[in-house]
Amino acid sequence: MFESLTEKLTSALRNLRGVGKLTEENMATALQEVRTALLAADVHFKVAREFVERVQTQCAGQEVIKSVTPGQQVVKIIHDELVRLLGEGTNTLSPARPLRILMAGLHGSGKTTSTAKLGKLLKKRGYRPLLVACDIHRPAAIDQLEILAKQEELDFHSDRASRDVAAIGTAALAVAQAGGNDCIIFDTAGRLQIDQDLIEEVKRLRAKVQPDEVLLVVDGALGQEAVNVAKAFHDALQLTGLILTKLDGDARGGAALSIKAITGVPIKFVGTGEKTADFDTFYPDRLASRILGMGDVVSLVEKAQENIDQKDAERLAEKMRKADFNLEDFLAQMQQVKKLGSMQSILGMMPGMSGVQLPDGADRQMARTEAIIKSMTLQERRKPDILNGNRRQRIANGAGVKIVEVNQLLKQFQQMQKMMKMMKGGGAKKMMRQMEAMKGRGGFPGM
Amino acid sequence: MFGLLKKFKAGFAKTVAAIGEKTGALFGRKPIDASSLETLEEALYTADFGVETTREILEEIKAAYKKDKDLRGQAAAAIGAAVLQRVLAGAEGRLDSPVVGVVDPGTPASPRPATANASNPTVIAMIGVNGSGKTTTSAKLAWRLQQEGRGVTLAACDTFRAAAVEQLKVWGQRLDLEIVASHTGADSAAVAFDAWQAAKARGRDYLIVDTAGRLHTKSNLMEELAKIRRVLQKHDPTAPQHRWLVVDGSLGSNSIEQAKVFHQSFGLTGLVVTKLDGTSRGGAIVGIYRQLKLPIYFIGLGEKAEDLQPFSVDDYAKAVFGVEE
Ligand SMILES: Nc1nc2c(ncn2[C@@H]2O[C@H](COP(=O)(O)OP(=O)(O)OP(=O)(O)O)[C@@H](O)[C@H]2O)c(=O)[nH]1
Ligand SMILES: [Mg+2]
Repeated sequence: MFESLTEKLTSALRNLRGVGKLTEENMATALQEVRTALLAADVHFKVAREFVERVQTQCAGQEVIKSVTPGQQVVKIIHDELVRLLGEGTNTLSPARPLRILMAGLHGSGKTTSTAKLGKLLKKRGYRPLLVACDIHRPAAIDQLEILAKQEELDFHSDRASRDVAAIGTAALAVAQAGGNDCIIFDTAGRLQIDQDLIEEVKRLRAKVQPDEVLLVVDGALGQEAVNVAKAFHDALQLTGLILTKLDGDARGGAALSIKAITGVPIKFVGTGEKTADFDTFYPDRLASRILGMGDVVSLVEKAQENIDQKDAERLAEKMRKADFNLEDFLAQMQQVKKLGSMQSILGMMPGMSGVQLPDGADRQMARTEAIIKSMTLQERRKPDILNGNRRQRIANGAGVKIVEVNQLLKQFQQMQKMMKMMKGGGAKKMMRQMEAMKGRGGFPGM
Repeated sequence: MFGLLKKFKAGFAKTVAAIGEKTGALFGRKPIDASSLETLEEALYTADFGVETTREILEEIKAAYKKDKDLRGQAAAAIGAAVLQRVLAGAEGRLDSPVVGVVDPGTPASPRPATANASNPTVIAMIGVNGSGKTTTSAKLAWRLQQEGRGVTLAACDTFRAAAVEQLKVWGQRLDLEIVASHTGADSAAVAFDAWQAAKARGRDYLIVDTAGRLHTKSNLMEELAKIRRVLQKHDPTAPQHRWLVVDGSLGSNSIEQAKVFHQSFGLTGLVVTKLDGTSRGGAIVGIYRQLKLPIYFIGLGEKAEDLQPFSVDDYAKAVFGVEE
């Protein structure tokens, strides 16, 4: 597992201390570990081999830096190489307007959901997207996209009577022009790369609508097959980017590395949950860090900035620093956190937490906590000390929970307050500085 | 029904061709050498067999090669197939006594799990991560069982994903299947409860429960499965008798994690492996079987109703290594 790669390398390289230089010989075991880890993470055999060779040349001859362990040093070299490989090419979308995007991929990879997610994201960026249902094969696929479009208040086009996908696409272009849509996203049916008929179908659609972006949607847990799939789709459709889905699971995402290395097609977005908000721009350093088990703090920081009201966040952070944080603030903070996506997807971005399971129903838990606080009077929220047995029972009844849950919440809150008091001495500042350094700009508000 | 066996072979023929391409001369008549061993290693890894199984197969072939420097590719392939057959021994799940002519009569049937009352339907719950093929497999299996003369009811318990209910209903119309459904957002456990009652009242043999896709890392969604189960057990404490994980055959090692977690929280009784009509060799199922010893009941070889086949270890091992009959 990648999670333990750092540890494994550290132990494999322990006896390097005092040797001075990393050489091919003293690196051999360590690189074997790297290769095994890559293979276990579903990186394609050839890609893993080439990657290890490249790291080997880079390591050889480097001084063993005294201040870090050789393991960390090698991890850094691997990390940097991973970032380089994953990050080559541009991960931004074409500036064309109207912007035409064709989605393609295997069955069940997440095309329809990603179509809606991308539509939502682009709407937020000021586009007026039109979602076009071109999956005429899977039962109810058109309904699925239509429901999602409605839910996100996006324009939608379909033609249930037609069996001609290219014609549906052409008609959609006219609809978009008439309706003033400057972004058209075509959702297509899942297909095997070896299914000639269906590949021809999507090729015809591509020829008709001339997309500015052709995005391959790939399950983050895809195995060695990733390479065959990507190659064939790239040959047929000249891909311009990848979307990596289901990264809220614990798949290590080796397929992404394989595809990137073999086709050179840049990864543009990642899906991190079932909610339409669980969708992000791709940052190579984050995936590399995730791969190496270093978490994804940077993503979380950015997400926080995009979705959280800056002033509110600063006010809360300030209160936290002063350890003057009451239940009302707690509620406000929780509501902000909720804007970031599901708890699990937030957790997935934290260092060492990818793949960690949240305790039973964390999101539901949060909803209950919210209900409890909402059942309190303003005075109670501000001064939880006044909450006696009677008041607690009333709150429990109001929130529809047992009184023990109210007690638990209050206890947790007390502990939190204690911690804040402890950090008041300057610990918090230090933490903020660290966050700032990590991010390069801006702070990390409110959390 | 006669087409089935042919379909199975045809589906795997692509697989054989694909691995044949990789290994080229290796599985031919020529003696093997160091470089063909490396090609073999690559072929095994790229079939998603994972580190453990790949090493085991390589070790055995290397050992044979040490003893006999003239070892031919064909013999090496036979060794590989034999290792797979050994590792997968007992991996064939059989739903019920086979109807003659449908399943190879040579394969013994697993005993049908008991229901609390002989007239109760046998319940099969399909579970798995998003997009693995649960709904399609539910429809295919229902159709297959109906073709065998069984009475089947389907429960549309994916009340979460947009248009999931409609998807199953379309299958129902196409294949003339009986479906109990509610609407998106309804309580999935209540649907299961009603469906069981309907299946029982109509004297059906099977109730197939299609559930919403969920990543194994989400414990809150796992709780929903437990609820479906609890509710079914109000009708019959032995239900659901079958709890199958539907695994996408093109996934890599993560499907082992999936299986482990689903097994821990739901006590799986078997697997269905889908999408093996691609070029993927589905090697990850070997890893799953190694760790969990869950029988594989069916494999999916396409999107049509008839594209669901009983799993055969022999066929699988031979197809992977291109061993001729
Ligand atoms: N080629 C091929 N496609 C399959 C197979 N089984 C299912 N599919 C396709 O895979 C896609 C997803 O299948 P579904 O049955 O909707 O998967 P699901 O697990 O119910 O998906 P969710 O309910 O969204 O989690 C559909 O396009 C199916 O047609 C198979 O054996 N081979
Ligand atoms: Mg489904």
